[in-house]
Amino acid sequence: MADGVVLLDTYFSMFGMRARLALAEKGIDYEYKEENLGDKSPVLLEMNPVHKKIPVLIHNGKPVCESLIIVQYIDEVWKDNSPLLPSDPYQRAQARFWADFVDKKVYDAGRRLWTTKGDELETAKKDFIEALKLLEAELGEKPYFGGENFGFVDVALITYSSWFYTYETCGNFSVEEHCPKLMEWVKRCMEKESVSKSLADPKKIYDFVLFLKKKHGFE
Amino acid sequence: MENNNKENVKLVGFWVSPFVQRVRWALKMKGIKKYEYIEEDIYNKSSLLSEINPVYGKVPVLVHNGKPLSESSIILEYIDHVWNDDFVPPLLPRDPYQRAQARFWAKFADQKVLESAWMVLCSEGEKQERAVKEAIEALEKLEEKLKSGNSVFFGGDTIGYLDLMVGFVSYLYPVWEEAASVKILDALKFPALAAWQSDFLNHELIASEYLPPKAEAVAYFRWRRSELIPVYNRMY
Repeated sequence: MADGVVLLDTYFSMFGMRARLALAEKGIDYEYKEENLGDKSPVLLEMNPVHKKIPVLIHNGKPVCESLIIVQYIDEVWKDNSPLLPSDPYQRAQARFWADFVDKKVYDAGRRLWTTKGDELETAKKDFIEALKLLEAELGEKPYFGGENFGFVDVALITYSSWFYTYETCGNFSVEEHCPKLMEWVKRCMEKESVSKSLADPKKIYDFVLFLKKKHGFE
Repeated sequence: MENNNKENVKLVGFWVSPFVQRVRWALKMKGIKKYEYIEEDIYNKSSLLSEINPVYGKVPVLVHNGKPLSESSIILEYIDHVWNDDFVPPLLPRDPYQRAQARFWAKFADQKVLESAWMVLCSEGEKQERAVKEAIEALEKLEEKLKSGNSVFFGGDTIGYLDLMVGFVSYLYPVWEEAASVKILDALKFPALAAWQSDFLNHELIASEYLPPKAEAVAYFRWRRSELIPVYNRMY
């Protein structure tokens, strides 16, 4: 690798997938290191001492942490191909807003879908669908959130789609039924090689979650 | 029509919100003086707010040439992007790695520093003791970050984006400490941050900007504390 890019990550993480996806979009060669979160490597602890979390992008020996910050960094450094953020200031701010919305609303509700039951689970379902509907409305008739081209918000959200099977099965509902246009967008994104090779297998994620549910007593 | 008027700016805010304060400082730094400030009663929200921030219904909202933006960190990046010629100070560093660092610590400031201090304000007894411990842990990391830069401000020799995002520590911490009757930021324990608190507030780029009057702010947060202690007791 000319510029020394390393990614500390875990296969199932929708945050890690964003970094993988951004690197794939830009055609950047890198070394992938799978972390065992139950036994974090000294490199991880050194490179992200504040949070000790993945993903961590290490570029020329210097760490960048937090998935959306990593994606913006990648976009700014490798700026000559496949721009992810719009150049117009207002469009750029809107893209940041919606990516941030994904993290604020989709992540939390999604997590509650497999860690709770009964009334809490029903609330989680309601919140999750509401969040997706708002995103679907924002997508509108555009092929991608980024407009004609795959962009920042697309990167931020598409990685969650690998977890949809898990959310749907645990919550007993169908994303397609509530948000058909969003599922069309998912299918459109999955046709891109960068996306299909960066996302984890939904069934493997579900098996992993079943393991976690047993381990932490979420059943 | 004022389409090309860079200064057609409105800020919808709440007098004591630290998030709104950041935007005030950013506008001040960029020399944007002629903007309309609209005070929103967040306990009795107007239809304007639900129109310009339909997703969250919160302040601050910046409206520039009729187009609204919310979320303080996003507003600051927008302001930096639009008002960026040679005559105004930059907010974010130009180097992508430094920018990533600034964004990382800004997120830390919100999720760990501000959150933990808010929990101190809204708790008592054992819960508050635990919250103080967490708040101190967060400040320790921030202190280390400031020291590691070997300069007065988070932005280097002058203030920048990260100083604005951490800025609430300078004037709101003393208010929350007084309202909650507890000390978090001990100057002996946090010498760099303590020095930064006054250096920041006195910096010529923002020193003359509005700050919520202290006595009123303390009274307000005392009231919020009394309202929220029972709520948080049930939740956590």
